Amino acid sequence: MRRRRFLTISCTTLGGVLVYSLDRKVSLLSANEKNKDKSLRIPLRFFDEGEALLAAAAASRIFPSDVSGPGAKEAGVVIYIDRQLAGPYGSDRYRYTQGPFEDAPAEFGYQGKATPREIYREGLKGLTGFDQLNAEEQDATLERIEASVFFSLLRQHTIEGMFCDPMHGGNADMVGWQLIGYPGPRLNNYDEIEKYYGQAFRPKPAGLREVSGHSVGASEDEK
Amino acid sequence: MKTLRKADVVIVGGGWTGLLMAKELGARTALSVVVLERGVPRSTDKYADDMDELDYAIRLRMMQDAAQETVTLRHDARGRAVPLRRYASFLPGSGVGGAGEHWNGQCPRNLPDFFELYSRTKEKYGVNRLPEDHAVQDWGITYDELEPYYTRTERLLGLSGKAGNLRGQKVEGGNPFEGWRSEEYPTPPTKLPYFSALFRDGAKSLGYHPYPVPAATLSQAYTNPDGISRPPCVYCGYCERFGCMIGAKAQPTSVLLPVIEKKKNVTIRKGAWVRRLVHDAAGSESRVRGVTYVDATGNEIFQPAEIVFLASWTLNNTRLLLLSGIGEPYNPGAGKGTLGRNLTHQVSFAAATAFFAKPLNRFMGSGASGMLLSDFDGDNFDHSQLSFLRGGLLEARNTGAHPIGEFGEVPHRVGSRWGSTWKKAGIEYFDRVGRIVVSGEHLAYKGNYMDLDPTYKDRCGDALLRLTLNWRENERRMAELLTEKTVEIARAMGATEVNTFPGLRNYDSRRYQSTHVQGGTILGTSPESSVVNTYGQHWQAANLFVLGGSLFPTGGGANPTPTILAMTYRTADAVAERYVKRPGPLA
Repeated sequence: MRRRRFLTISCTTLGGVLVYSLDRKVSLLSANEKNKDKSLRIPLRFFDEGEALLAAAAASRIFPSDVSGPGAKEAGVVIYIDRQLAGPYGSDRYRYTQGPFEDAPAEFGYQGKATPREIYREGLKGLTGFDQLNAEEQDATLERIEASVFFSLLRQHTIEGMFCDPMHGGNADMVGWQLIGYPGPRLNNYDEIEKYYGQAFRPKPAGLREVSGHSVGASEDEK
Repeated sequence: MKTLRKADVVIVGGGWTGLLMAKELGARTALSVVVLERGVPRSTDKYADDMDELDYAIRLRMMQDAAQETVTLRHDARGRAVPLRRYASFLPGSGVGGAGEHWNGQCPRNLPDFFELYSRTKEKYGVNRLPEDHAVQDWGITYDELEPYYTRTERLLGLSGKAGNLRGQKVEGGNPFEGWRSEEYPTPPTKLPYFSALFRDGAKSLGYHPYPVPAATLSQAYTNPDGISRPPCVYCGYCERFGCMIGAKAQPTSVLLPVIEKKKNVTIRKGAWVRRLVHDAAGSESRVRGVTYVDATGNEIFQPAEIVFLASWTLNNTRLLLLSGIGEPYNPGAGKGTLGRNLTHQVSFAAATAFFAKPLNRFMGSGASGMLLSDFDGDNFDHSQLSFLRGGLLEARNTGAHPIGEFGEVPHRVGSRWGSTWKKAGIEYFDRVGRIVVSGEHLAYKGNYMDLDPTYKDRCGDALLRLTLNWRENERRMAELLTEKTVEIARAMGATEVNTFPGLRNYDSRRYQSTHVQGGTILGTSPESSVVNTYGQHWQAANLFVLGGSLFPTGGGANPTPTILAMTYRTADAVAERYVKRPGPLA
């Protein structure tokens, strides 16, 4: 059993109320005056703290926190990625991994042997010191690796962590859904579908556990 | 290996065709029927918990597990195939109900001339217009013969739609190009998302003939001839890649399973991974004795049977016959054999991605709520001056836009795929973009086929199926013209900007195109050019029947499920009324 590792996030970096379901427990923390100096220690399942900081910094350049709204940092994208990598997806449980591994044109999909875990571990080594760079330097670094498998995973997982159901550890407090006006799973739109032609209909977002009224198993928690 | 007691009927696969056959034989005969399904049990009442884009639409929880079995792909017979390490361009289902659980439920019929593609094309344009290496042939069954079975299928599913041709009379608001139908749809069209309404108005302004998508997502409560009642669709937007939580979408678990469960003579065995069909010595007269499978705990089992139905979806139907050594594998070089020939996939692509000034509320919808037009389908437009044959349907639906899959679709001018500019545009356009999709016909070619891969194996050590598949000039030119027409419609809808489909190049296994893969065990009128007769009955083994899209000699623009179910009904009639009384060839 390896030592438990944590990512420490200062409360001042957080946007609003954050709900992280940590190890199947729910933590609530508000970024109000009272909590200003508090920090949240989030247990990591796959990354060590250094890797988590690098991945978080890179995700923040893909989906920045800026004038158009919150980004990867507020959504907790790195927490999402950490859990995915620790789960069956990260180890390629559901990918065909028998050899031989041959090179093939891009239309044949990813043919490599490396699992997402291995791709991240290797890719993050190449980003050593990334979290200490300024934004322009960070962007220039990412531009250099834009064509890599690692970057394409990082980009895809950043989008996933921004907009997944909050039960997966990303989209904290549904900041991603609020940003784009997505309500989450809704059980019934019968009366609304033809009612709002040309006008925005924006119901308050709710996650699946809230909508269904009970806990729903997430794939990353599969044993 | 353990040998079980003989069953009258074994059905391999518990999806649409397998369960429809089980229902029909269970209700109309006293035969004992065993359905072998390798996936898990499923039921409608659990589906509300599945409204999670990540686990279902992205991680594909309802689909076949590629780690256990996938296919290999190459573009031509000279190439070396590599495995599709994840399914992406098509998504085979698994579990009771199969892909019928997570489909969209779009249910157009195929055009009458689709069934006689070779002779109609020859008659109208001359045989030289068919591409050089085509493998197009007639079905050996006509639309007129299938019409009653289409009608039964539509009643089974309760389809919502509007007829355009009632017994030869054109009806306003329906599809004027459709084949005659003996009856109006069982239920009226579904509600219409805003994007689809824009498409309807834009298409009409250009003189085209849009009509409501024939939908297996019910517009109103409906009770089918089996007494199965289903509620109307609530437009939650979780059809494609999800099961319907209320059964408003016709799916095998909501339409067939409740009937089957009342039949004492039908058993569905889950977790049964069929490996071989066991048959007496090969040759022109063979006989299938049953099937072997691995059960959920890893035991090898032999299930003897009097009649075997192979209903395990297009690719696995072909693979199981190849692995079992039933029929002669197709060899395009030598021009010999039939098993594995005529592999097709629907030519499906987003022709126009249209951006609008107004929000579309795209999270509301169903897999089949929307508008279609057939003005450019089949031979509905004159091809005498064109450099290709056939065409496709144009469709505008709201299947329920989910944010992981949909975020980041921005006008090409934005130029970036990450960072502040892209993010800002992604937010701005998230709900202001819609795709008009083309579903086109895919002609059969001698060089597109299936055989066993010499290298890669599944979890049991059995050879994977190898697909040799690529587009030809006919599809590329068709896609070009249909893209042009679609962009005109997008402009007429009021789109402020349009991203245009870049064109078909090589077959791309990364892009989802539809799960409509066809061929391999094609039907026909002669054992020289087909694997089964028009009842799906194997030419070399009269007690073996094959069901599903693997029977299609060419790929349609219309989605194949209604035709597949209609053909399954036709086979069920022939078996229940004729074969059971006097076993032997039906054609």
